[in-house]
Amino acid sequence: MAEKKTASIVLFSGEFDKVFAAFTIAIGAASAGYETSLFVTFWGYKAIQKGNLTGTGFLGRMIGLMNRGGLDRLATTRFNFGGIGPLLFKKMMKDKGVALLPELRQTAIDLGVHFLACKTTMDTLEIKREDLIDEVEDIVGVATLIKASQNSDLTHFI
Amino acid sequence: MDIKADVVQDSIGQMCPMPIANLAKNMRNMKAEQILEIQADDEGAHADIRAWCEQTGNPFLGEEKTGDYFKYFVKKGA
Repeated sequence: MAEKKTASIVLFSGEFDKVFAAFTIAIGAASAGYETSLFVTFWGYKAIQKGNLTGTGFLGRMIGLMNRGGLDRLATTRFNFGGIGPLLFKKMMKDKGVALLPELRQTAIDLGVHFLACKTTMDTLEIKREDLIDEVEDIVGVATLIKASQNSDLTHFI
Repeated sequence: MDIKADVVQDSIGQMCPMPIANLAKNMRNMKAEQILEIQADDEGAHADIRAWCEQTGNPFLGEEKTGDYFKYFVKKGA
């Protein structure tokens, strides 16, 4: 059997609309039969956090406080209006039958998308493994990403 | 179009990427030569289902307009 095609997507951003794009592309790739990996780093962590408060030191706790809420509390890149924007976008999406982020993430998981998390981000932002959703398969570094993307037929950075 | 489907997928009201995600999920559970009927009313699905078939090598058998939605027929390849 021919080796499966692979796709590597880096999710660096944590905004509502960019996470939406990353999940959608991951779903598209997995649907088309690509072995798909989503490398999550820095702000992208919001997409794989459970949403609880994080941090151990003072600054880490401050970040955890500002960044709490996980997937349900992402700001939009534009028209955020202090948090009102995402509510309006969610309403518009619901009215039109567009799937929201939790459903998209679950769909990606169901289709076998591999969620990989960056270790440096965890250390820097003081996020623990138990702060992340269980579906995160592994904690990795940049060498894993480079190796995977070198062999990938499809790469994206969002 | 006189095609008898083995599995019917209701994607009416769904938007990208859900019709394709469900198409992929359904095909995984089907056997070769079985036929999937996808009912969808999203304009994007019109191009997407064909693109998916071309890329994955599963034959696209055709489409049929039924009221205000389309039926698309896809055969699972070997």
